[in-house]
Amino acid sequence: MSRPVRLWVFLVGAVLVAALYAWACFDLPSFGGDHHPYGDRAVRTALAQHTANAVSSVNFDQRAFDTLGEQTILFAAVLGTVVLLRQVRGERRTDPTPAPVADRVRWFGVLMLPVALVVGFYVVAHGPLSPGGGFQGGIVLATALHLLYIAADYRALERIRPVGLYEVGDAVGEAAYVVTGLAAVLAGSAFLANVVPHGTFNTLSSGGTVAVLNIAVGMEVACGIIVLLARFLDQAVEIEETAEETGAR
Amino acid sequence: MSVLPYLAAGWIFLIGVYGLVTSRNLIHAVGCLTVTQSSTYVLLVAIGYRRGGTAPVFSDLPPGARVVDPVVQALALTDIVVGATVTALLLALVVQLRKRHGTVDPDKLAELRG
Amino acid sequence: MDEVLIAIAVVLVAAAATAAVFHRDPLRQSMVLSLLGLFLALLYTFVQAPDVALSQLAVGSAVTPLMILLTVRKVKRGPRSGSEDR
Repeated sequence: MSRPVRLWVFLVGAVLVAALYAWACFDLPSFGGDHHPYGDRAVRTALAQHTANAVSSVNFDQRAFDTLGEQTILFAAVLGTVVLLRQVRGERRTDPTPAPVADRVRWFGVLMLPVALVVGFYVVAHGPLSPGGGFQGGIVLATALHLLYIAADYRALERIRPVGLYEVGDAVGEAAYVVTGLAAVLAGSAFLANVVPHGTFNTLSSGGTVAVLNIAVGMEVACGIIVLLARFLDQAVEIEETAEETGAR
Repeated sequence: MSVLPYLAAGWIFLIGVYGLVTSRNLIHAVGCLTVTQSSTYVLLVAIGYRRGGTAPVFSDLPPGARVVDPVVQALALTDIVVGATVTALLLALVVQLRKRHGTVDPDKLAELRG
Repeated sequence: MDEVLIAIAVVLVAAAATAAVFHRDPLRQSMVLSLLGLFLALLYTFVQAPDVALSQLAVGSAVTPLMILLTVRKVKRGPRSGSEDR
């Protein structure tokens, strides 16, 4: 399809969608209204299951099966990226020359690295209690590690980042989630049902399986994002194509 | 005011699709796709809002307090993270296309095939 | 007061989204995208969704723009240009 034709097809579709959507907007429950049937029930269930953060309760208890689906998409996306960005024939690795880093930047990175890591672990661990959880904390942990790239150089990052280990961590996180679900089946309940005692409200061990699944997700997200960024960094910094020397590995 | 967030979500969706359609660079197209994705989060979170409600976190709230809808928030927050990894997969495909065909212009890629 | 803040954030988000689409250079676009992530996080905070805001802040302002930057660098280096451009 040529560009003008494509643009016209889009414009016709866009006008139709815009008209229908705007019409629908005025019939939606009004913004800020009081009609939240699912929300009210979810909150009630969260409190009954002793999970202080209702959002985590929805994610890891009431809709835990849905989260398994999301997590599997994440796992598959990481796997696909690793396959696509691997080093292929006709490419060679070159040693990147470290660029000089200003002392202030270096100190900033060194000081922030432990702080960011602690924040990441905190956000993961307190998911069932306060805003946060495996998804958010996992990303904080993964990005925190890359402060080392800013503070030192690529070599330093590679030393503390054996990618193979994180690939295993990614898989273990996914597996732990499924195993927790199967454990509920063995205990005589449904897949991913919250069968563990719910504990005292508003403590780290409350919420039953919410805490376990939360940590499994945190592990998978952190490891998955580290692996992703590692592959992209490899491609951007190290791997070079040598079109002439095809076959020389 | 009562429909502004909904209409804004629709606008973000359409402008993102417009970017996708007119893009001359696949990396730019992936960026436009992330814009389009964010429209769904805006719509979801806007629908869950309740006037005068607070965040649905009961560590320091009495049970029965007026809170916003946690279900839509759970939907949005998982998808933001999963969406990022899907973006990574698309960018990896772009890198592969560049290696195989030497261009990231969708029109030139179409010419190569035909 | 809350509603005013939400309205401002919504307008900022819509404006940043529009700007992100019209910046055709992926490098500039990734900068605008991280700004969009920031405004989205602000909007989620105002509509009482701190969980979503945290998620958006971590992804939208760091991970996605970083991956776009790395892809741009890889694509710019090109297969046959040799190793001169760093």
